[in-house]
Amino acid sequence: MEHLQVLIVLVPLLSAPLCALLPSGRWPWLLATLASWATLAMALVLLGRVESLGPLSYELGNWAAPWGIEYRLDYANAMVQLLLGVVAAVVMPFAYRSARQELDNDRQPGFYAALMLLLAGLLGITATGDAFNVFVFLEVSSLSTYTLIALGRDRRALTSSFRYLIMGTVGATFFLIGVGLLYSLTGTLNMADLAERLPAVASHRTVHTAVAFLVVGICLKLALFPLHLWLPNAYAYAPSAVSAMVAATSTKVMVYVLIRFLYTILGVDFSFGRLPLAQILMVLSVIGMLTASAVAISQPNAKRLLAYSSVAQVGYMVLGVSLVSALGLTAALLHMFNHALMKGALFMALGCVSFRLGGTDVAQMKGLGRSMPWTMAAFVAGGLSLIGVPLTVGFISKWYLVLAALEQGWWPLVVAILLSSLLAVIYVWRVVEVAYFQPSESRDIHREAPLALLLPTWILVLANVYFGIDTRLTVGVAEQAAAALLGAGR
Amino acid sequence: MFEMAFPPAFILMLGALLIALARPGMRPVIVLLTPIVTAYAIWQLPDGVLMTAPFLGYQIELVEANDLRRLFGTMFAMMAFIGGLFGLKQAKWYELAAGYAYAAGAVGVSFAGDLITLFLFWEFMALFSTVVVWCGGTPAAKRAGVRYALMHLTGGIILKIGIEGVMIHTGSIEIQALALNNFDTWVVLIGVLVNAAAPPFCAWLADAYPEGSPFGTVFLAAFTTKSSVLALMLLFPGEPVLIWIGMYMVFYGIIWALLENDMRRILAYSSVNQVGFMIVGVGIGTQMALNGAAAHAFAHNIFKGLLMMSAGAVLYQTGKRKCTDLGGLYQSMPITALCGTIGALAISAFPFTSGFASKSLINQAAADQHLIWIWYALTAASAGVFLHAGIKFPWYVFFQKDSRMRPPDPAWNMRAAMILFASACIVIGCFPNLLYQYLPYPVEYQPYTGEHLVTQFQLLLFSGLAFFVMLPLMKRTLTISLDFDWFYRVLMIRVAQLLMRVWAQLVGLAEALWARTGAPVAQRMKDWHLPGGLLAQTWPTGSMTVWVVVILVMVVVLGQR
Repeated sequence: MEHLQVLIVLVPLLSAPLCALLPSGRWPWLLATLASWATLAMALVLLGRVESLGPLSYELGNWAAPWGIEYRLDYANAMVQLLLGVVAAVVMPFAYRSARQELDNDRQPGFYAALMLLLAGLLGITATGDAFNVFVFLEVSSLSTYTLIALGRDRRALTSSFRYLIMGTVGATFFLIGVGLLYSLTGTLNMADLAERLPAVASHRTVHTAVAFLVVGICLKLALFPLHLWLPNAYAYAPSAVSAMVAATSTKVMVYVLIRFLYTILGVDFSFGRLPLAQILMVLSVIGMLTASAVAISQPNAKRLLAYSSVAQVGYMVLGVSLVSALGLTAALLHMFNHALMKGALFMALGCVSFRLGGTDVAQMKGLGRSMPWTMAAFVAGGLSLIGVPLTVGFISKWYLVLAALEQGWWPLVVAILLSSLLAVIYVWRVVEVAYFQPSESRDIHREAPLALLLPTWILVLANVYFGIDTRLTVGVAEQAAAALLGAGR
Repeated sequence: MFEMAFPPAFILMLGALLIALARPGMRPVIVLLTPIVTAYAIWQLPDGVLMTAPFLGYQIELVEANDLRRLFGTMFAMMAFIGGLFGLKQAKWYELAAGYAYAAGAVGVSFAGDLITLFLFWEFMALFSTVVVWCGGTPAAKRAGVRYALMHLTGGIILKIGIEGVMIHTGSIEIQALALNNFDTWVVLIGVLVNAAAPPFCAWLADAYPEGSPFGTVFLAAFTTKSSVLALMLLFPGEPVLIWIGMYMVFYGIIWALLENDMRRILAYSSVNQVGFMIVGVGIGTQMALNGAAAHAFAHNIFKGLLMMSAGAVLYQTGKRKCTDLGGLYQSMPITALCGTIGALAISAFPFTSGFASKSLINQAAADQHLIWIWYALTAASAGVFLHAGIKFPWYVFFQKDSRMRPPDPAWNMRAAMILFASACIVIGCFPNLLYQYLPYPVEYQPYTGEHLVTQFQLLLFSGLAFFVMLPLMKRTLTISLDFDWFYRVLMIRVAQLLMRVWAQLVGLAEALWARTGAPVAQRMKDWHLPGGLLAQTWPTGSMTVWVVVILVMVVVLGQR
């Protein structure tokens, strides 16, 4: 059982080359789907083990901790792994019909191999307790993402992928510089060990510089305003299944990395007491929440609209991080999980739209409320969740975020959250209005998307509702994780 | 016999779902049975907290019953029944389903044991009432629905923030009387008042309700404002500020209704006016006044439902909604005309109708507290109600000049719904104790004293006389003047006009400001972020890297203090 901690990374990592080797057709997809379901099962078991046994530690190759690579699992990363498992397990079945339509047949094995590498990379980032190991898996996930985005059928996908490549590399390099500087001072890469040794050298300028590189590198990868410029096109032009997978997972994992570095490794006193990171992050996240939402309103492409909304939602998460309180962290972790559910559902609904229409321009979607009722109903449900209507997950995360802001008397933040929610109403409404209130102009009636696409979409939609009502699992784990993170930093 | 406390709201929700799923043949049965089962379930509820569930780290109380809550719950179930009967065959199935879901929200609010539950059902109402507005089906209804949704979402968010503030600062989510001595409770009050159409949010009601279909409007007029009155009674009984808010609404409703030409908009403004009476009652806050507010909410739902139905029947049969296009319909629609007139008399508090029995309680409560100016103002307002709703509506729609239209009375189910409520108006008016016995506090009040009757008849007769004397004037200018409150009224109109002008100026100013600064900024944002824009160009790696450097330098510099 204790090997699960490694297996959860190894299973997708090893199925990637197998996918590439299998003949084109059904098999690569089948393997990828089975692997992602196995991942979900393992994530669930691991969360159960963390609940019963406390934080788990695993030494790779039996090399003792500070020297060898250690995998550490506590509530925070167990939750992120669960999120990855859920999204992968739902997106993989969805990918089959969608990718068969959008990609050439001979590209299918490579496509699933890249998806598996992406999953393995993201899981590796969350699983490891070693700072350099984070960089390695970061590169694994990033490189596979560049490939996946470049597979999009719009020609702009190539340039979007290239831009992301440049920016992603800059981010990863900054991250590496930061880790390198920390290593030069402390001589260790193990996170727990770093946390122990850093206070002794905390007044050193090198540490401050290291933190600056780390934070900027991570924030670039998580698309904090104004470092988000790579994201809208990357999400907009990628294949449907990739958009769903990447939008639901990548930035969330990087938020986790941010939390891990600021709270566990650097410690609350250093990150927020000695450095003004709370203020910087708060200002940027609030501006991001408002401007990205406002910009989303005027986007002509629905996927691009959702991409900007993702930038705004990342603002909510970073805002929670910057409040430096148990409630704020709970809100951030909760929104990480919940936002994955809603964005996954929304991008998959757009995948259904794109399956029939061949694109996701808002103007094309006239009359879809009638011709594709289930698809558009899923979009509306996801949109309601994004806005934060009660009985959806969006409501839960905003509830905790507002509580966290009110707890510290931050009224302007509450107003900003309120404004951003209203902007969300407007951009969701734009799509709904076109789909439901404008009659179709074209003669050909679009049929409803096939069940193979609708079923996974609706599973996520229902998850949006379920976790919006029964919050014991999500809120429970997020609260435990927040308490542990704050405890570790003191 | 089921003994457990199944939340009555869930029965209505289930009904709404079944209406959506059932075959057309089964639909009428479900429509008619659901509210009856709901009302039955409501009367099986014993007092106290009956059902809880864990949510957001609290044990929320889904069902809590007492006399007041049962009264409102029954009223909402009754309104669902009448709305369902009225639109049984004619309304679209999705309109009925949305209407029932909307009713479910209102019933849920009635039995909400804590602030979170209240909020959940509150939002549920907002969602489905928007759908009901959209069911009007016209482009105007669509736009009105959007405005309505934005208003109520904003109100909902305000309420949510208030509730969260109360929660985090007191640790309690109980529904209890809140003192208006801190920011949180003020925010809660504002959130609740948005739904009551209190100033400065009066406009949404008359904006949205008349755009619903003839059937949807019956639902719309019944739930949102009344559940908000209930929330005020539970959370802010006896808050003096409510007297003034209510008073403003009373006169706002009268003035705008007198100036209006759309028959259902007249009734919508008169809803603001009537809710104003209830809020004054809540603001006075004595047992008598709270009884009055509850009784008036109940009675108002009946006669306003009746009026909306008669207006809806006219609209359905003629397709016309403006007073100036209608008239003389009593000849071919006698039942509708009779029912509409009874509703009009009831809203004017004509003796032997339900309005008399309920409004008297509020007036008497003001007198008992020696609030002499309030009493005068309420009495003057009663005359104003008679003018705009009591005479103007039936006169222009059913009598007046002959419009030469001869539509027949509507279908049997629509007639039955109207006759039921018309009878209810008269029965409650003649035997007020039928209603009084269900009020939250014991009633020792007898509305039928000689003196009271004489006063009321005098008031009504003179204002009625004034209406007909001034009739030519009213027709031409659509304004009105009247004996003792002539001065007051003209002044109010002038003030209102002045305020409108100031408002128009402000709007103009804001627009100019926007054109000069906001619009260019918005345009620039668009230019930057749309595909091909500065920040979305195909090769903006340079600009992105600039940002990276800026942030890096910022963090380093700020970090090196």
